[in-house]
Amino acid sequence: MRMIDPATAAAIFAADDSATAGLSRRDFLKNTAAVGLVFGLQLAANKKAAAADVGEVAPGAFAPNAFVRIAPDNVVTLVIKHHEMGQGATTGLATILAEELDAELAAVNIEYAPANAALYKNLAFGSQGTGGSTAIANSFEQMRQAGATARSMLVSAAAQRWKVPASSIGVSNGVLRSGAHRATFGELAVAASQQPVPQSVTLKDPSQFKLIGKQQTRRVDSLAKCTGKATYTIDVKLPGLLTAVIERPPAFGAKLISFDARAAKAIKGVTDVVQVAEGVAVVATGMWPAIQGRRALKVQWDGGASGLNTAALYQDYRQRAAGAGGATVTRDPQTAAALASAASRVEAVYEFPYLAHAPMEPLNCVAWLHDGMLETWGAHQFPAFDHALAAKAAGLPMDKVKLHSLISGGSFGRRANAASDFVVEAVNVAKAIGRPVPVRVQRTREDDMRAGWYRPLYVHAVKAGLDAQGDVVGWQHAIVGQSIMAATPMAAGIKDGNDSSSTEGVWPTPYKIPAMTAELHSPTQAVPPLWWRSVGHTHTAFVMETMLDELAHAARQDPVAFRLKLLKDQPRLAGVIRMAADKAGWSSPMPAGKARGFASHYSFDTYVAQVAEVSLKPDGSVRVERVVVAVDCGVSVNPDQIVAQMEGGVGFALAAALYGQIDIAKGTVTQSNFHDYRVLRIDEMPKVDVHIVNSTQAPTGVGEPGVPPLAPAVANAIASLTGHRVRRLPLAGQTFTRA
Amino acid sequence: MLEFKVNSQSQSVDVDPTTPLLWVLRDNLGLTGTKFGCGMAQCGACTVHMDGMPMRSCSLPVSVVAGKQITTIEGLQSKTAQAVQKAWVDLDVVQCGYCQSGQIMSAVALLESKPKPSDEDIDQAMGGNICRCATYVRIRAAIHAAAAQLSA
Repeated sequence: MRMIDPATAAAIFAADDSATAGLSRRDFLKNTAAVGLVFGLQLAANKKAAAADVGEVAPGAFAPNAFVRIAPDNVVTLVIKHHEMGQGATTGLATILAEELDAELAAVNIEYAPANAALYKNLAFGSQGTGGSTAIANSFEQMRQAGATARSMLVSAAAQRWKVPASSIGVSNGVLRSGAHRATFGELAVAASQQPVPQSVTLKDPSQFKLIGKQQTRRVDSLAKCTGKATYTIDVKLPGLLTAVIERPPAFGAKLISFDARAAKAIKGVTDVVQVAEGVAVVATGMWPAIQGRRALKVQWDGGASGLNTAALYQDYRQRAAGAGGATVTRDPQTAAALASAASRVEAVYEFPYLAHAPMEPLNCVAWLHDGMLETWGAHQFPAFDHALAAKAAGLPMDKVKLHSLISGGSFGRRANAASDFVVEAVNVAKAIGRPVPVRVQRTREDDMRAGWYRPLYVHAVKAGLDAQGDVVGWQHAIVGQSIMAATPMAAGIKDGNDSSSTEGVWPTPYKIPAMTAELHSPTQAVPPLWWRSVGHTHTAFVMETMLDELAHAARQDPVAFRLKLLKDQPRLAGVIRMAADKAGWSSPMPAGKARGFASHYSFDTYVAQVAEVSLKPDGSVRVERVVVAVDCGVSVNPDQIVAQMEGGVGFALAAALYGQIDIAKGTVTQSNFHDYRVLRIDEMPKVDVHIVNSTQAPTGVGEPGVPPLAPAVANAIASLTGHRVRRLPLAGQTFTRA
Repeated sequence: MLEFKVNSQSQSVDVDPTTPLLWVLRDNLGLTGTKFGCGMAQCGACTVHMDGMPMRSCSLPVSVVAGKQITTIEGLQSKTAQAVQKAWVDLDVVQCGYCQSGQIMSAVALLESKPKPSDEDIDQAMGGNICRCATYVRIRAAIHAAAAQLSA
């Protein structure tokens, strides 16, 4: 789930000067781009075979590669290889394609790619899937090549037809012109498809961009989503489609003993009650009879992991953090001595709860077994997982399984699941019904909330030392929490017990911290863990940024200046720090009763700094009034979407900082719906001012990087206002008084 | 048989009268623009208008709806609704978009009763509509923009 492996990241951070750091990044991105180019050429050379794999291509259509299709009726279809969960990948990829193609962005037709790793893999992963804020980064060069190749062939076709030099032809908004000649893309589609595929194409100079980087470039999906016309999995209509809800184990690991379906089957509309691996499915002609049928079920379970309690986990993890036996993340033999001889030390233990993703659309998937094949309709964020596991569940070869990928009502990591839990359960129910009818397994909010796959519970313990001048001299760090990667195909990346998704953001660190040692303990639990928007950075950024703030105060230094001192070879991170401080008026005083807090973080190749302005409500709880964001994500493809992701990242992170908490008692999840798993509402949303660094560096992701700095910036503001250091999240239940 | 109007069309359905309106709209009438988010009137994704008032259809038994006028996102036509939808598109409010039918229904109802809402009015009227993508900054801006357009 990351664009660069930890070793590469470490190399970047370890670089002695910015030029070398820049080179490493560029080299990496160049390699990525080269993959795209080679891949594009292979595809073009095998055009017919490719066309067969990209879904339905109308006769006479021009399909020069897997991403562009132009029909004689002038419908321009762009095939989007990434899952759209709101982050704007569709608009981003379409913008890049339309830019080089010179198509009219507002008029293009969008299709989502079928499962086909050869054509549609994420070049950052080597498999087909969306995550790790990689959609734009891995596709930028690939989409430019695809668009430019198609444009070049259209131009060649026009030059031949009009007997004019190609250089005389201009292309704009889907129309080619030369002198008095004029033709739409559609009019040239057939002729273009007979042109040889160019061996190389010239990409636009950025100064020629009409769409990329332009404020007026808008989302392609707004209208459909504002009129109720966008189709999510919950909206799929098929002849005879049934709806199923599953009665699931009341505790993690609980096993079904027996069930009595008689009362459920008596409910009008209930068609089947079947046992599946996930529990007991009640299948009906609609959602309400399915829910009523489930209420009428009588089910007996065993106790499962009834000894599991989150309160006890914190105790256990604190002990582990203080003890030996952790995996080495990084070790400096001087750490103990440096801390022992430090002029002053700060020690702290931090606690972070399990977090549910709670996307607005509760998880669901449609499965239809018919004619020796399986079709699914779902938010297939990771076709690489979903295709293989759906086939396995159905007992069919993968070429008999067709995935229809739909947009989702949010994901935040939840729909990228290496167990494809929400897909497999639909296949299992379809199979158990035993008739060739389509069925949608729809989770209720409670099903979704209580099923696990959480951001794991973590405890950190840190000891850091300062010398007499207030410089950091040593840092001892222990992290305890479940490994997210251990049960995934990415487990091979765990070296010597070091799951980087637990430690990213602590190590490697962009800060020049001498004598640093970090250890990781990865206990296993009955609760399945999962990445959650910004993964390890959700907790590591909090610890690093609040501890640095605390050290700055201990050293009687300004927290911004203190950070910059440790970032002399990190010009881009230092750049956003200076920009955020400047835009927020960091050095100016705040009115009485308000305070600012600062945090910055590098994640997913993007640099973000935030200044949070907080006050206290009369009841002593925290109100975040404004957040100033500075972001450096390289070239801005869709500036307004970068702003939107920073705004959304702030709100999503603030929800977790204020309220996010899943508790487990006797193996059962305490929370169930939005009344007890509170999320942010409009009256709690701060003003957000976003400032984007003007950059010519390769574009990087923005879906996740807005999240990590928010909670520590708020905590640092609370410390500034009250003198109290926040060492556990969420803030709910903690009240503060002004210093 | 229960009879009521949806988007100005008469409908009669033969369902268990405890069925929430949401599932009648979605499963019986095929109107899927109204979304399911929580099932307990906590999130507002299912907001529709009943005789012009915003209601959470997931918790509204269809028996209560008999004889009433229901408007869903598919049936929005008023000048206010058009101004709201235009403002939503102009400002690119949506991200995942799943909650936005409900957000727009609540916003339209607000502007029809208060053409010039304050920020506090917006907090009150929109506080029952959750957006996990946290598009709240733009929801607020779009409501003000629609109000400005309507009074121009």
